[in-house]
Amino acid sequence: MSKIRFTEPNREILARRDSIINDLTRLVDPAGLITSTDECRAYETDALTAYRKMPLAVVLPKTTEEVSAVLKYCHDTGVKVVPRGAGTSLAGGAIPSEDAVVLGLSKMNRVLAVNYDDRFIRVEAGVTNLSVTAVVAENGFFYAPDPSSQLACTIGGNIANNSGGAHCLKYGVTTNNLLGVRMVLIDGSIIDLGGDYLDSAGLDLLGLVVGSEGQLGIVTEATLRILKSAEGARPVLFGFPSCEGAGKAVADVIAAGIIPVAIEYMDKAAIEICEAFAKAGYPLDVEALLIVEVEGSDAEMDATLADITAIARANGATTVRESRSAIETAAIWKGRKSAFGATGRVADYLCMDGTVPTGKLSYVLAEISKIVQRHGLRVANVFHAGDGNMHPLILYNANDPSQQSKAEAAGDDILRLCVEVGGCLTGEHGVGIEKRDLMRYQFDDADLVQQIRVRAAFDPRWLLNTDKVFPLDFRCQG
Amino acid sequence: MTDCYKPRDECGLSSAIKDAATAKMPLVVRGAGSKSAMGRPLGGYAMSLTTERMRGVSLYEPTELVIGALPGTPVSEIDRMLAKHNQMLPFEPMDHRVLFGTSAEPTIGGIVAGNVSGPRRIAVGACRDSLIGVRLVTGRGDVVKSGGRVMKNVTGLDLVKLNCGAWGTLGVLSEVIFKVLPKPARSLSVGLGGMNDTTAIAALTAALGSSFAVSAAAHIPASIGSDSTTIVRLEGSDGSVAYGARELAKLWRSFGRAELIEGDESANLWLRVRDAHWLAQPMDRSIWRLSLAPSKAPHVLADIRQKLGVRYFFDWGGGLVWLAVVDADDAGASVVREAMANTGGHATLVRASSEMRHRIDVFEPLPPAVLKLTQEIKKCFDPDRVLNFGRMYAGI
Ligand SMILES: Cc1cc2nc3c(=O)[nH]c(=O)nc-3n(C[C@H](O)[C@H](O)[C@@H](O)COP(=O)(O)OP(=O)(O)OC[C@H]3O[C@@H](n4cnc5c(N)ncnc54)[C@H](O)[C@@H]3O)c2cc1C
Ligand SMILES: Cc1cc2nc3c(=O)[nH]c(=O)nc-3n(C[C@H](O)[C@H](O)[C@H](O)COP(=O)(O)OP(=O)(O)OC[C@H]3O[C@@H](n4cnc5c(N)ncnc54)[C@H](O)[C@@H]3O)c2cc1C
Repeated sequence: MSKIRFTEPNREILARRDSIINDLTRLVDPAGLITSTDECRAYETDALTAYRKMPLAVVLPKTTEEVSAVLKYCHDTGVKVVPRGAGTSLAGGAIPSEDAVVLGLSKMNRVLAVNYDDRFIRVEAGVTNLSVTAVVAENGFFYAPDPSSQLACTIGGNIANNSGGAHCLKYGVTTNNLLGVRMVLIDGSIIDLGGDYLDSAGLDLLGLVVGSEGQLGIVTEATLRILKSAEGARPVLFGFPSCEGAGKAVADVIAAGIIPVAIEYMDKAAIEICEAFAKAGYPLDVEALLIVEVEGSDAEMDATLADITAIARANGATTVRESRSAIETAAIWKGRKSAFGATGRVADYLCMDGTVPTGKLSYVLAEISKIVQRHGLRVANVFHAGDGNMHPLILYNANDPSQQSKAEAAGDDILRLCVEVGGCLTGEHGVGIEKRDLMRYQFDDADLVQQIRVRAAFDPRWLLNTDKVFPLDFRCQG
Repeated sequence: MTDCYKPRDECGLSSAIKDAATAKMPLVVRGAGSKSAMGRPLGGYAMSLTTERMRGVSLYEPTELVIGALPGTPVSEIDRMLAKHNQMLPFEPMDHRVLFGTSAEPTIGGIVAGNVSGPRRIAVGACRDSLIGVRLVTGRGDVVKSGGRVMKNVTGLDLVKLNCGAWGTLGVLSEVIFKVLPKPARSLSVGLGGMNDTTAIAALTAALGSSFAVSAAAHIPASIGSDSTTIVRLEGSDGSVAYGARELAKLWRSFGRAELIEGDESANLWLRVRDAHWLAQPMDRSIWRLSLAPSKAPHVLADIRQKLGVRYFFDWGGGLVWLAVVDADDAGASVVREAMANTGGHATLVRASSEMRHRIDVFEPLPPAVLKLTQEIKKCFDPDRVLNFGRMYAGI
């Protein structure tokens, strides 16, 4: 049986459905209002597909003013709102409830300004991550955070989850690359935080909004920092006969003061799945693989790679293969970035996202395999090793309810372990509904109460993404 | 003479604040007080609270690039400890003693409370970007933690960033944890002389739009020294810095002949930029710090200079302007704020007489909806308004 609880929908709201829909038709362009069961089905879940709920209605506004009108209406009439970008959340952050209106940003997808002198781009929140880099690439610039889902996921979703990606080891995650947002509060007021300059005035509300999982307001526009691309970039594959060796090599590279652009880890199960899918040329005779990318001028890359290779060899690396062409580089990254999708073709999976200190990587990997075995399941590990952000994919069969609960139990054990060794429940995917009830592993009540008070300062009636992030028994208090 | 709480640990800190909250007695919070002359003045409070006895490095894992410290730890102690492993706080915090003419050592709690960053901010982020975890005691006396010791963490609301730059108005930090960086193997500067503000910012923009490991970019106009200096700092491996310097000289050919500045001369130059050295004297001049998009900076300065006598220079590639007002009965506030009005950026009055800081807004006034949120947030951390009440904004 599935473990995650949903609260009972508010009957009074359900009874008012027709009049609510009627009111919404006056607030948004009719083309942006979805009410039929068939069309709403596309919004009943996100990438945590084991759970689904049909929303009351879906609105797809085209302007900040429309967002404001809808939120004000929902606020005044006590209707819950679930913000949604592309619905690629792995934590159920965008899953609606029967008594909630989904507010999707997909129609707000314009690029508003590009400024190379001041190095920023301003976009609407529904723009996809990859299209931001696509816009500025012709001038040799890029937007650093690069989640594997970048083809689909939106900047608004990235902000809500403080998303990262393979290249965040050097350049930081969303919060380090965001200069400003325009955002609508639940009462309909429109605020600007930050802008085209550094370090906004007053309290760092921008920093607070990033990673708040759609609970403080709806972001409609964002100003993002863009960077000049390096002269060259080169990924290298290092194959290891043991997982411990690979884990140790990661820790040793960081300890040596080398910060590559990316250090990605794959174990044997992940290598086989990804290679079958992407034909990336990954070595199949190893237990673990590291993809390390360095960048700069040729001479600089040669020098850094020599140091990294020495460390890898000292930890037993048997394969060392540098990319020799843009095509090889693309294949190497395609393999890595399609890891989740490729895994989804061979099994159902739960993707964990705990972060651990890099010095604990080998220990945690060994423990994860014990935990998963204990629950009678299999695991594939593919993750951002340089910053200790692990993604064990727990493989199971969703048609077998006992397997689903085993997978969820194994996931709990893994996350508890991550916290025990000094890490956290989620590095970049967010808490959503998935880890909501595990928050006490990491936080004392005093910590959670203070977070809840801050949440209530923005949304006193708890209407925005109501049942996410905080344990259900924790609610608004003064 | 005011009485002072000097708690030795988090527990003592919590009970001191609980006492104050019960008595509804406002507290002035200080590390060692190096920035006590910053912000809105806090007049007439009976009690202060200092974290000077809560000191020491609480966690240091050089191989994981993390360091944690108690709030009263002098920044110099942290720098020394990191230097032993050839590491550094990435954000290069400025030392306010130069501007304020004080001598007690800045504490790490004060640095975080002010989100204090220096020239390297444009390359590696601000203090708030390196800060990954905090413990703090709220105005209710509750001990709260947020973030932790790992590099990536989106578990719950980010109270780490919220408290960085809150000037101690929400809680008193009892522990701060940072990610650190290895010191660059080599650092050197490339400079150009004889440029006006507009061409200088254009040269810095060209450098920052390149891929040559630029870690800082400043322009010191002729009015400050004998000749103007436009400088960029390159940091990285030996090879990349040497290569970057050559390429940058080529890129800058249309601006003039680039000169290399190395070693102590380069390091000292950046210390002066960091600490706004050129504006420190005379001590009675009011000093502003403007944050805005670099391309707007030359116009804003031209505008201000038409109306006010100022000395100034640019850091952050033009995105940060330091300004000393020679003579004005409102510290130049009306002129500065009007010039900034349409830029989207903001101006902070860093140094001015207490009387002046009482009269004019020290921090950029907030739009009503943001002010309301700020008030609500203050209320939920510090309902009895015991912590630095009124330091940032009236009523907060
Ligand atoms: C009235 C006064 C006059 C002084 N005059 C002189 C002098 O003439 N000569 C001299 O040598 N020295 C003087 N000093 C002391 C000197 O300026 C300081 O000791 C200084 O160098 C250290 O300051 P700091 O960096 O710790 O931050 P502070 O200046 O103490 O604090 C900066 C800001 O951070 C807040 N803060 C600090 N710690 C925390 C924390 N843990 N959590 C939350 N918020 C925090 C403060 O409330 C403040 O808003 C004076 C101090 C005071 C108070
Ligand atoms: C195959 C795959 C690979 C992935 N790889 C990565 C990865 O490498 N790194 C990574 O960090 N994540 C990854 N993810 C997770 C996911 O893609 C990210 O969390 C992404 O940022 C979600 O964006 P979205 O537009 O799909 O948001 P949604 O899933 O629609 O929403 C996510 C959360 O944001 C809120 N939200 C959305 N838009 C707004 C807005 N405008 N204002 C306020 N709140 C809003 C929602 O309410 C929800 O809580 C991956 C997911 C998949 C399926």
